[in-house]
Amino acid sequence: MAKLPFERPIIKKINIGVPNKIGMKTEYTPITEIDGVSVKQMIKEYGSPVYVISEKTIRETYKKAYSAFAVRYPKIQFAWSYKTNYLNAVCKTFHQEGSWAEVVSGFEYDKAIANKVKPQHIVFNGPDKSREDLIKAIKNQSLIHIDHFDELYTIISLTSELNETPKVAIRVNMDTGVYPQWSRFGFNYDNGEAWDALNRIMISKKLDLIGLHAHIGTYMMTAEAYKIAGQKLSDLAVKLKEKYNHTIKYIDFGGGFASKNTLIGAYLPGSDTCPSFDDYAEAITSSIINSKIKPDDFPTIMLETGRALIDDAGYILGTVLANKKLADGSNSTVIDVGVNLLFTSFWYEHQITPAQEFSPYTENTTIYGPLCMNIDVIRRSANLPIMKKGDNFVISRIGAYNMTQWMQFIALRPKILMIDLKGNVHIIRENEKLKDIVSMERTPEHLNNFDV
Amino acid sequence: MQLKNNIAISENGFIFDPNTGESYSLNPIGTEILNLLKEKKTDDEIINFLNEKYDSDKLTIEKSLNEFYSFLQEYNLSEND
Repeated sequence: MAKLPFERPIIKKINIGVPNKIGMKTEYTPITEIDGVSVKQMIKEYGSPVYVISEKTIRETYKKAYSAFAVRYPKIQFAWSYKTNYLNAVCKTFHQEGSWAEVVSGFEYDKAIANKVKPQHIVFNGPDKSREDLIKAIKNQSLIHIDHFDELYTIISLTSELNETPKVAIRVNMDTGVYPQWSRFGFNYDNGEAWDALNRIMISKKLDLIGLHAHIGTYMMTAEAYKIAGQKLSDLAVKLKEKYNHTIKYIDFGGGFASKNTLIGAYLPGSDTCPSFDDYAEAITSSIINSKIKPDDFPTIMLETGRALIDDAGYILGTVLANKKLADGSNSTVIDVGVNLLFTSFWYEHQITPAQEFSPYTENTTIYGPLCMNIDVIRRSANLPIMKKGDNFVISRIGAYNMTQWMQFIALRPKILMIDLKGNVHIIRENEKLKDIVSMERTPEHLNNFDV
Repeated sequence: MQLKNNIAISENGFIFDPNTGESYSLNPIGTEILNLLKEKKTDDEIINFLNEKYDSDKLTIEKSLNEFYSFLQEYNLSEND
């Protein structure tokens, strides 16, 4: 007779009282495959942990987002937010779908150029654009979004030097009724600074003002804030038309759409509370359509959505290293995925799903990563199915920021795989090796000899 | 490991400690182990029994059993040696 699957014995104290708001059972079925490819097979072949990106999910999510806007408004352009995930394979998938590139540094700009994005289809944001970056972007006729007056005057001074007319937009910050208000980037609308900057640009006659940009925040849980942003940006566009008879070509709403991840401490899961693409699209497009901008002058709506387009397409697969009882009597589980690979666990309660069959029994456990650091906590007090050493799991919705904000800290970073539309697995980034890390180090000669 | 004598174990994995009034729930293998402890089985006998029945090596079973015992001690369900 075949033996039964072994599950660790557990005992849970029954607490009678107020129901536990974070005690909801979340996992009902294991994730044994992603896009038809076996999770355990990928771990066996490419190691544990390993990142996996689903090309299918990227394309489906993009199409969903695009159509939400395109059915409501005639001119829509997405620009892929490089900082969210600048793996070439990911960027190129978005570029194939029609996304331009949105970059925030010289490094990202060069990456977009190397990815063969037309320079005039690169949106250059961010507070740190060096003189060399600006010269390059001006000569290439890229879209430069000005962040502050110092940058504005640098660009104006470069125009005579280069004999070029740069294509520019200004970044505008404003009160959209959400807290915290993001005011560190761009020019403030409410105190008149943005209008001041626009006047200076128009009066200088040296710049081609083609757009207005606002990035009002991140993980915006209300679409209404975008409506307010749209109304304020439209107001600036109307004033430019009235005063200078100048028509703005695009209004860029930045990013900030929430993904379906659950924020730490949230009462309900993100999948229940976050606005849909349709909610955001309705708020944004109606703010332009209902503004005083004349229909013939309707600007293109540009979107730099990152998180909401890529989060669902990313997974990290891993293995349980140990279970241990803590001094306070609570249970903990150590896994081979730490905050070095899952930076977003500082603000999300990531979904962790076993990759093998499990019983309906759950245990409350703290999930620790493998780093020898106290901060390495992936989930605090998670009610999860019982897993034992050697079991595999899948952490879902991790496509945004983890592959750019990750740290080469204590351990080497693993491979990143992409599953294509036909179910073929491609390595899109190799795992790091010791030689990759030390190749950038230089040791002074006198430190080379010792005897220990 | 010896369970306190007056611990009540139900068939479907609930236990009641009359000393403290606390209740606990177990998964099926936890229930099985407590029943074996009630029958005064030794650790080796329990490990052999589980190894016969379940698809796992003895070392993993022993480690899991010790961890389970530590929770029984934590909840004061075992007799102090």
